[in-house]
Amino acid sequence: MNKRVVITGMGVAAPNAHGLNNFEKALREGLSGIRFHPLLAELKFGCQIVGVPEDFETIRKSYFDREKLMSINDNIGYASVSAVDAWRDAGFSMPDADDDTVDWDTGVIAGSGIGGMDTIALSVVPLVNEGRVRRLGSRVVEQVMNSGTSARIGGLIGAGNKVTSNSSACSTGNEAVIDAFWRIRTGLAKRMIAGGSEGASPYIWGGFDAMRVICRKFNENPAAGSRPMSATACGFVPGAGGAMLVLEELETALARGARIYAEIVGGAVNSGGQRMGGSMTAPNPEGVKRCIRDAVNDAAIDLAQIDAINGHLTATYADPIEVRNWAEALERAPDNFPYINSTKSLIGHCLGAAGAIECVASVLQIYRGFLHPSINCEDVHPEIAPYASKIPQSCMEFPELKYLAKAGFGFGDVNSCIVFKKWEEK
Amino acid sequence: MDDKKIFEEMLNILRVYTKDQAALEKATLDKHILDDLKVNSARLVDVIIKCEDVFGITVEDDEADKIRTIGDAVNIIKQKLG
Repeated sequence: MNKRVVITGMGVAAPNAHGLNNFEKALREGLSGIRFHPLLAELKFGCQIVGVPEDFETIRKSYFDREKLMSINDNIGYASVSAVDAWRDAGFSMPDADDDTVDWDTGVIAGSGIGGMDTIALSVVPLVNEGRVRRLGSRVVEQVMNSGTSARIGGLIGAGNKVTSNSSACSTGNEAVIDAFWRIRTGLAKRMIAGGSEGASPYIWGGFDAMRVICRKFNENPAAGSRPMSATACGFVPGAGGAMLVLEELETALARGARIYAEIVGGAVNSGGQRMGGSMTAPNPEGVKRCIRDAVNDAAIDLAQIDAINGHLTATYADPIEVRNWAEALERAPDNFPYINSTKSLIGHCLGAAGAIECVASVLQIYRGFLHPSINCEDVHPEIAPYASKIPQSCMEFPELKYLAKAGFGFGDVNSCIVFKKWEEK
Repeated sequence: MDDKKIFEEMLNILRVYTKDQAALEKATLDKHILDDLKVNSARLVDVIIKCEDVFGITVEDDEADKIRTIGDAVNIIKQKLG
């Protein structure tokens, strides 16, 4: 029999806030975390604005000792700090350094889209090219291996269940949560830390700048740059950060009296096969709609029960297509369409961290009963205009919010959708 | 540079890698770097690199492989410094 899965802890390092309380406040206030990045101007990027967690070097240093810090690059830092925050938020304490206990029931799935590019660019490539490979020392592999984040987190908490890192471009964070959800649901683990992270590096953003898919028109007005669902959207604003969620079997959560934020009742992951209009960079609409419907079916609810959508919605030409896909998948007309917002309007597109940070935003909204404003779309795109009344322009109290669907789509035509349900004690 | 100074510098270098800080405080030349100070074996390469930087020397791989105790390290460094 399937186990029920709930969320009992969360940690977030977002461009507009670190920590749950600050993040909730930023969401409610519609606070943008997008800022001008002088280095990108110096490097002649078209897009010179980004969403990067502020003053994170100081934050990271306050969490880990000098020995660990030497192996913690940007990406691993966001992941590790978020994991520590989530673990403590769930009511657990961090083991002492000499604690030799393994927690066989707890695992980690922590993904990244591109990951430790700063270490590769600033250490590996120059030293190897200079013939000084020996100078790389012992700390490079653990920072550039794809599983660098989950490996670090696993060691911090002594996780003895599955410890791995997934990667599915901008769907990564969502997919990690869904994989962890399935692992607990099927009885393979009692508890999982799941989420995603992405470093802040021009070496990550450069490829997107060259593709001209990122925002080049708002360098003078950064906070207005991330414009999902707007008629003047002109590409996504790249971001960085991380978030982790503690997923837990309902029984163990109840047994230890844990605070429950929400239940995960459904999840689906698929690919559009890069056919039927889908490609490496664009989703096959049929794949997206199947994914949404599969998630709702998995949740065993009616399509009509979805109250709100936290979209993928990046501020590219794809936003109107995404809204249409939601409408068709959920069989909802503009007048009974769920409310819809884009957390990316506040933080930009945090790539491999996007799904995870946005899951935290989704769960906070369902837990506290509100919807954050989707900023910078006062000029709603003409094709989305019929749904305009469903897009919160300011923070909206919504205590009856019960089911929220969160989707993520990524390069490779990959899709993911999660259905969160408000926790109601029976 | 005298032995005492080299020994003190070695302790400084090892400080960040040593899990047992108490052992480091009362360390003597015969203390084993891995067994007594609980330095992770993978980090020995970082200790050698740091020694090279601090003392301005080059330690060959064969020489590095022979270092077991703090005293072994001090002797090699002393030899290199002439």
